[in-house]
Amino acid sequence: MNNLLIQLSEYLSYPFVRYAFAAGILVSLCSSLLGVILVLKRYSFIGDGLSHVAFGAMAVAAVLSVTDEMLVVMPVTVICAVFLLKRGQNAGVKGDAALAMISVGAMAIGYLLLNMFSSSANISGDVCSTLFGSTSILTLKSSDVAVCAVMSAVVIAVFVFLYNKIFAVTFDETFAKAIGVNTEFYNLLIALITAVIIVLAMNLVGALLTSALIVFPALSSMRVFNSFKKVMICSGVISVIAAFAGISLSILISAPVGATVVVINMVIFAGFSIFKRFA
Amino acid sequence: MAQILCSNVTVGYEDGAVAKNINFQLDAGDYLCILGNNGSGKTTLMRTILGLIKPLSGQISFDTAGAAGQIGYLPQQTPVQKDFPASAEEIVISGFLSKCGKASFYKRHHKEEALDNMRRLGIENLAHKSYKTLSGGQQQRVLLARALCAAKTMLLLDEPTAGLDSDSTAEMYNYIETLNKEGMTIIMISHDMDAALKYASHILDFGRDGISFMTKEEYMKGHRNE
Repeated sequence: MNNLLIQLSEYLSYPFVRYAFAAGILVSLCSSLLGVILVLKRYSFIGDGLSHVAFGAMAVAAVLSVTDEMLVVMPVTVICAVFLLKRGQNAGVKGDAALAMISVGAMAIGYLLLNMFSSSANISGDVCSTLFGSTSILTLKSSDVAVCAVMSAVVIAVFVFLYNKIFAVTFDETFAKAIGVNTEFYNLLIALITAVIIVLAMNLVGALLTSALIVFPALSSMRVFNSFKKVMICSGVISVIAAFAGISLSILISAPVGATVVVINMVIFAGFSIFKRFA
Repeated sequence: MAQILCSNVTVGYEDGAVAKNINFQLDAGDYLCILGNNGSGKTTLMRTILGLIKPLSGQISFDTAGAAGQIGYLPQQTPVQKDFPASAEEIVISGFLSKCGKASFYKRHHKEEALDNMRRLGIENLAHKSYKTLSGGQQQRVLLARALCAAKTMLLLDEPTAGLDSDSTAEMYNYIETLNKEGMTIIMISHDMDAALKYASHILDFGRDGISFMTKEEYMKGHRNE
């Protein structure tokens, strides 16, 4: 045990390892706060869907050889998020069906484009790292970490200052609108934050595991806590612990970062479920 | 002047009118019961009064500045709410949201008034209980307490006893009656004819031959003649 700690502190003396920890923890924290709202709004799968959209957009950017992929990925994902979250109840295609359609469609287009036009010699390697996260978290530059930090600060500020409005809009949109809350603005805001966080989380854990970062901390804390505030706080705490433990473990046992973080989240969920049964 | 005046109002959505020629007026302290079949436009009218949708034609006027901030609303429950992790107090106090400005933080007096409103409905002991563990009747009273936080003069209730057992239903009607006697104007959608005739002062009947507004006495006379 002592050996492991010494090994870990040795790794932490490298800047790129510290960057990985900072970015990983911040992104997990934001996803977990947002996750509480998405799970309660019955949008658990939006993380999965939108990360597939981001994958498709990334493929388009690669084929067009755009130097800064984010310029393509971010707007496309934001547009899809707004489209999915803002649609009314009476839309022609229901919410979950629309999500499935967009997610599978984007995935197919992305893979097709990469296969037909990509100049890269290692297509399956590229696809694999986009889907499951790569070692990219260990190659972050300080500017990447700065972007993560700024985005996270904005998200956390939004949650702190608009907490009561976000609660009201999530619990009962009709009532909130009736007493004069601008529910459309808050839905748009939630859609925007969702898109930004998903694109950020994708770089950390990859497209397939982004959903896990969003749903697991929220579901774990809902097992045990009964008030909205406690669920929010607990969800944030769980995500930070899981991210820290997951990244440490993955470095120590040379496992993939994203998958390790998710497995730790699963273990915490199992623990909370057992605790609830016997408490 | 009447507290609320509805003249020649047609309600509906973009794809067409749901109910036409709605006329009624209420004074402070009146108790209006809206009767009619499913799909006849009762909830649509309520949403129009609340300002959630615009009337397709006609006018709704209030004697105060307007609907926002004056009217408390008890909507029908949505499936999302059934297992929502929130304490009763968190839900009740959200009725004050429109009164705490841009910052969206509650002040101490909001918290006290929220507890007062819970006390009025006999649920102050549930303040820290989780909403999803409450019984149907308790959940409705939590939502009614929230509506009270938003309301100064008028309460709009959309089937407040839907899905409740007979004891909880009677209890709910008693609380509403008490609020009415304290001066709150009530507009309630109901399928419960007996309750309407027992508690209401006025009836708005969404009938087959149009929508008619009358006092309870006129309504009873009309039905006796049939």
